[in-house]
Amino acid sequence: MAALLARYAECIFWLARYMERAENLARILDVNETFARDSYGATNWVTILRLNADEQRFFELYPTASAKNVLNFYILDQQNPTSIAAAIASARENARQLRPLISTEMWTQINMFHNRLQGLGPNDIAPQNLQRICAMIKESCQTHTGITEGTFFRDQGWYFYGLGRNLERADQTTRLLDIKYHTLLPSPRDIGTPVDISQWHSLLRSAAGYHAFRRVYPRGLTPAGVAGFLLFNDNFPRSVLVCTREVDNLLNRLNSKYRLRRGTVPMERSDELLGNLASNTIEAVISGGLHEYLDALQISFSKLTNDIAQVFFLADQPVPQPT
Amino acid sequence: MSGTGNGVEHLLSAYDANGYYDELFGIKAKPAAHTQGVRDRLRQLDFDDLRRRAADAERELYNLGITFLVYSDAKAVDRILPFDVIPRIISAKEWAHVDAGVQQRIAALNLFLHDVYHDQKILKDGIIPAELVLGNANYREQMRGIDLPFNTYIQIMGVDLVRDHDGTFRVLEDNARVPSGVSYVVENRHMMQRAFPDLMGDIGIRSVDNYGMKLLEAMCEIAPPQPDGGDGDPQVVLLSPGSYNSAYFEHIFLAREMGVPLVEGRDLVVENDKVYMKTTGGLRRVDSIYRRIGDDFLDPLAFNPDSMLGVPGIFEAYRKGNVALANAIGTGVADDKAVYAYVPRMIKYYLGEEAIIPNVETHICREPEALKYTLDNLDKLVVKPVGEAGGYGITIGPRASKAELDDCRAKLLADPANYISQPTIPLSVCPTLTEDGIEPRHVDLRPFAITARNTWVLPGGLTRVALKKGTLIVNSSQGGGSKDTWVLTGGPADEEETPSLVADPFQSQSQQ
Repeated sequence: MAALLARYAECIFWLARYMERAENLARILDVNETFARDSYGATNWVTILRLNADEQRFFELYPTASAKNVLNFYILDQQNPTSIAAAIASARENARQLRPLISTEMWTQINMFHNRLQGLGPNDIAPQNLQRICAMIKESCQTHTGITEGTFFRDQGWYFYGLGRNLERADQTTRLLDIKYHTLLPSPRDIGTPVDISQWHSLLRSAAGYHAFRRVYPRGLTPAGVAGFLLFNDNFPRSVLVCTREVDNLLNRLNSKYRLRRGTVPMERSDELLGNLASNTIEAVISGGLHEYLDALQISFSKLTNDIAQVFFLADQPVPQPT
Repeated sequence: MSGTGNGVEHLLSAYDANGYYDELFGIKAKPAAHTQGVRDRLRQLDFDDLRRRAADAERELYNLGITFLVYSDAKAVDRILPFDVIPRIISAKEWAHVDAGVQQRIAALNLFLHDVYHDQKILKDGIIPAELVLGNANYREQMRGIDLPFNTYIQIMGVDLVRDHDGTFRVLEDNARVPSGVSYVVENRHMMQRAFPDLMGDIGIRSVDNYGMKLLEAMCEIAPPQPDGGDGDPQVVLLSPGSYNSAYFEHIFLAREMGVPLVEGRDLVVENDKVYMKTTGGLRRVDSIYRRIGDDFLDPLAFNPDSMLGVPGIFEAYRKGNVALANAIGTGVADDKAVYAYVPRMIKYYLGEEAIIPNVETHICREPEALKYTLDNLDKLVVKPVGEAGGYGITIGPRASKAELDDCRAKLLADPANYISQPTIPLSVCPTLTEDGIEPRHVDLRPFAITARNTWVLPGGLTRVALKKGTLIVNSSQGGGSKDTWVLTGGPADEEETPSLVADPFQSQSQQ
């Protein structure tokens, strides 16, 4: 069985994460026009900044959280490491290092996507063009996903790609829920109002989950129902449970098929996480505090990432000094 | 649309090579009959169409990321190597000559290196001044007495050839350290196959596709024997300085073509004088390394202690025969511009033959007579520093200003041993697509050879073209581009049998 260079595993893991991250950010920006309107109809872009804990860095660069500034910060700004342009630049740099491993088609598409983003100017991301540009970004990310599915060789690298994509996706879903938590709590009087309901609709739409949700819950939409769906649904491809199960499967396969025995450390953590998710209910989560639960999940994902880095990317391996 | 004024025909009729040897037309005394077929097809093209296809080809190179990094104003920019769509064509007979000449040269240089790092007979016999070799910055005393598989030091070589006014090939320079450019040979061919299938069909062009396979074969041949008598393939890797190196695309290309990991220094460790790479499953033994890192940076313990790119301890592993390196350490002493002048004598000394491809006449400025001649004829000569690559630091006498000549003179007097001089060669030209139509531009040729048990020369090589009107410097760092290089098979085009279709295939199912 061909060995996989630890650095390649790391690059492929992060390539998947950055592409997934860019797609999720585009989804969020896309629906934010409705998503972040409060009961007075004003668009509040600060919530987006909270989503990624970016407020401090943002206000160091921009005076106000206007639509124009926030969109620039998140789409084009190379100084912002969480911007889509920066994510795709990082994805491309990883892909460049991975060129001996990935297909030429994967590389070419990422390279062209990156070049296209580099060519965008302020007018391209003006609010009236936002929908179009977000659609382009989403579609480019999905094209990447499709090309990868159809052309990427299914050896170890494929597993690390899957780990990155699913971990990022799970993490993004918790963040998406968390932002809604933030918009809800400060003014409890809004709960259950038409604005509130439309916001939960938007939240589902940004996760491409509106129709799926309707199929599962045709007769009503409750905030708890939406949160439960995004966390625990067994079949929705962006639910935390589905993503975590996929991560757990991949870690198991790496361990059994490729005999990567060091992988037991992250596997144990993902087993535990999966057990927790599979046995939990949204009622229990809400009574214990949704925000706290989401926080704990994000911490688990981060620890899982560290475990993976240590055992597979050999992040902890000290370089031996020859005598 | 395509009136007569827009045809390539019209442009080629008006084409004038200005007295230089022309790769497409030859010269009056020696017309290039072998290019007839390609010329006929070129003439049928519409010029606008040719331009459009050329622009598409360049865009595609950019999209494919077939680029190199250029550092200017502290910024790194991705550039493509400009690609000219009019091919450079070499007849089967011409190629047989080049092939033999390159094989002879690499054989002599390998014998020279083995001698220099063992008995040093050639120095004792006074064929080459000892201080030129032993005092050379690229001589590695650490290599003395080390035996290498097949006594081969240079596994990968590129020889820069030029053609003078009557079409004679001459060696301008040897590249025996880390010759680059072979990736463009293959990518240019692929590009031509996509963009100009109509130009190539039935011409009979020798393939360049198996370079990676030949390289891997050589890397496996020089690998140390498997310790347990195992039958597994040796683990070959390509060692690159990293993604910020300007030739990174080529490193990727070669790793892909060989199907081996592209590693950086940080991916390798040495334990008990054996080299390992870090994999997801732990450390894994590495047997054979195509390194694209200079000697200096290879091992901070043995060479430059400040190098962050290399692998500490790798030299000791190499010395003990636990890992193969290509090219060997210390080959730089063979492709030095000052040593170059002695290569014809080297060929005679080791092989008892005359050089099949002659050198360009060269004056070694460390020798008083040559220095005097150079100083007296500065305005007619090209003066080159011996340690530089990439066309840097060259003074072209006939084109230099008075101030530049004075500056060159001062440098020569201060450090004559650092320079050689050569007459300006009227480099051959090739029709090239330019802003102003199809014009002659100067070209050179870098064939690539691979040596382990045997030597193999890639049919063709990199044709570099000086895109700027009148200039003779073809280096990519100096605004040069490249062309596809076609070596003709000579006979009628190889007929490949088309596999007959399966007699009665099932149709794909569709939704009813």
